[in-house]
Amino acid sequence: MSTAASVSDEALRVTDAQGNARSPRNDWLFRNLCLSAVLAMMATLIGLVGSLVSGGWMALSHFGFSFFTTSTWDPVADQYGAAGPIVGTLITALLALVFALPIAVGVAVFLVEICPQIIARWLAIAVELLAGIPSIVYGMWGLFVLAPWFAQNVQIPLMTWVTPGSWLEAIVSGVPNGANIFTASLILAVMILPYIAAILRELLMSVPSHMREAAYGLGCTPREVVMRIMLPYVRRSAIGAVMLGLGRALGETMAVTFIIGNSHNFPHSLFDSGSTISSTIANEFTEATGDMHISALIALGTVLFMITFVTIALARLLLGRGGPK
Amino acid sequence: MTFEAPDQDQRTVMIPPPEGDRVIDVHGLDFFYGKNQALYGVELPVARNKVTALIGPSGCGKSTLLRTLNRIYDLYAGQSATGKIMFDGSNILDQGKNSEQLRARIGMVFQRPTPFPMSIYDNIAFGVRLHRSVGKAEMDEIVERSLVRAALWDEVKDKLTTSGLGLSGGQQQRLCVARGIAINPDVLLLDEPASALDPLSTAKLESTLIELKSSITIVIVTHNLQQAARISDYTGFMLLGKMVEFRPSSDAFVSPETKQMQDYITGRFG
Repeated sequence: MSTAASVSDEALRVTDAQGNARSPRNDWLFRNLCLSAVLAMMATLIGLVGSLVSGGWMALSHFGFSFFTTSTWDPVADQYGAAGPIVGTLITALLALVFALPIAVGVAVFLVEICPQIIARWLAIAVELLAGIPSIVYGMWGLFVLAPWFAQNVQIPLMTWVTPGSWLEAIVSGVPNGANIFTASLILAVMILPYIAAILRELLMSVPSHMREAAYGLGCTPREVVMRIMLPYVRRSAIGAVMLGLGRALGETMAVTFIIGNSHNFPHSLFDSGSTISSTIANEFTEATGDMHISALIALGTVLFMITFVTIALARLLLGRGGPK
Repeated sequence: MTFEAPDQDQRTVMIPPPEGDRVIDVHGLDFFYGKNQALYGVELPVARNKVTALIGPSGCGKSTLLRTLNRIYDLYAGQSATGKIMFDGSNILDQGKNSEQLRARIGMVFQRPTPFPMSIYDNIAFGVRLHRSVGKAEMDEIVERSLVRAALWDEVKDKLTTSGLGLSGGQQQRLCVARGIAINPDVLLLDEPASALDPLSTAKLESTLIELKSSITIVIVTHNLQQAARISDYTGFMLLGKMVEFRPSSDAFVSPETKQMQDYITGRFG
């Protein structure tokens, strides 16, 4: 008999003899420890929402619905309308998703189904590196590199090309400095791209190999296997990946603050400077002195929380519906 | 395992079908997983519209052999085959990387049922649409005919639009057979198709296969010797990557010539 075996035998005997280790009291303790963990989390959530609403109540009750529909943001006159930042938040996040999603799908499919696995492993690390770059670095890169380049090579040529009064002005008008909603969306897209790509890659790799083989066995080409079998197979979870990316884009602060131009006006074109909820809060919180100003910023935070909440709820709704037919 | 005489190790017995009846003819097939050789000079003549069973202990290479016949091993880097697999006048190992046409003619049913995440109807229509465009009426007919031939029609005819994933394991496997035959392959390969099924589902699948062989050539890998004896016309016994004995099933289980096959079918190993 080995030492290890005799030790474990003895341990077994001790517990049996004492009987304590299996008493119902320990089980009770275990259950309640888990329960209290949940309660602590719920209390934090409720407390957070409560303080958001109570902190923003002054502004919300004073301005009423016009807080959401007007875009005058004037700390001097104590007038606050948040339509600009709200629309800026939604537009930048959605645009970022539109830019990032096709590229993320392409990257994930390439890594899983097209390129040799040895190279894929290295490429996957590169994708993760992209996710590891701090937000503020993206912001600086956006402000010092992307914005001037964009102004010189895209914005100014387009503005001189478009005839005044044409509907295209709805896209290109704005101060030609490259700090605008469009470039902010580009930066956001680069930031959420690795997240979505990495999750999609994991999802595609989780497709059972017998499913792939069955599809190839019917005479499918690689394109058909990916488009008709693998992507539909992961469709439901992929929506979750997309929503996660959207959530990140909605709440992203530093990079956007650098490059969006920080104007509270309602944006008139894609190349117009604007603001998002989080960039507004980050810009003004240290300088906010009036009670109404602070309350308006907290109300903005509440709105952001609601938008994110609705995003998650929508994702749940989409995930719950249908499924593989 | 021990063998009485060393020279018996090397002995192989081949009693193949007549040359004119063969739809696939494998000669001197070597197969490699990277540097590990899994098949050694395998011979396999497959008779048209017959059931050919491949038997042998786990790891003997019978599934590997099956997976070369439609080149499904192409999906994995590092797996390679050399030798000759003659099908329709050419060596399928020479045909470069485009195996889609080949796989449309040599279908495959896998060990685990693999219905696609779509309706029962679409599971069958999917494969058909890959290869030609078909009108609604004709597609309805193809779906029904395939399901009837796979002995599944009566069980699913009222729920064709529901998910194929909702069927029982046996039904799923017959759906996969229906999907495979819907595209009119010349040959259907089955890799232990009944190993995940209960006895009743297995019996249904077997009678389906016997029905099918009037129009389709079948090659089946099985662990179940009774199954091989029940449904096959020819039996190939493999051991350690070699085809040891190949002969008509009528006498394969009664009077095998090699010591190894005698030992295997009498249950002395495997």
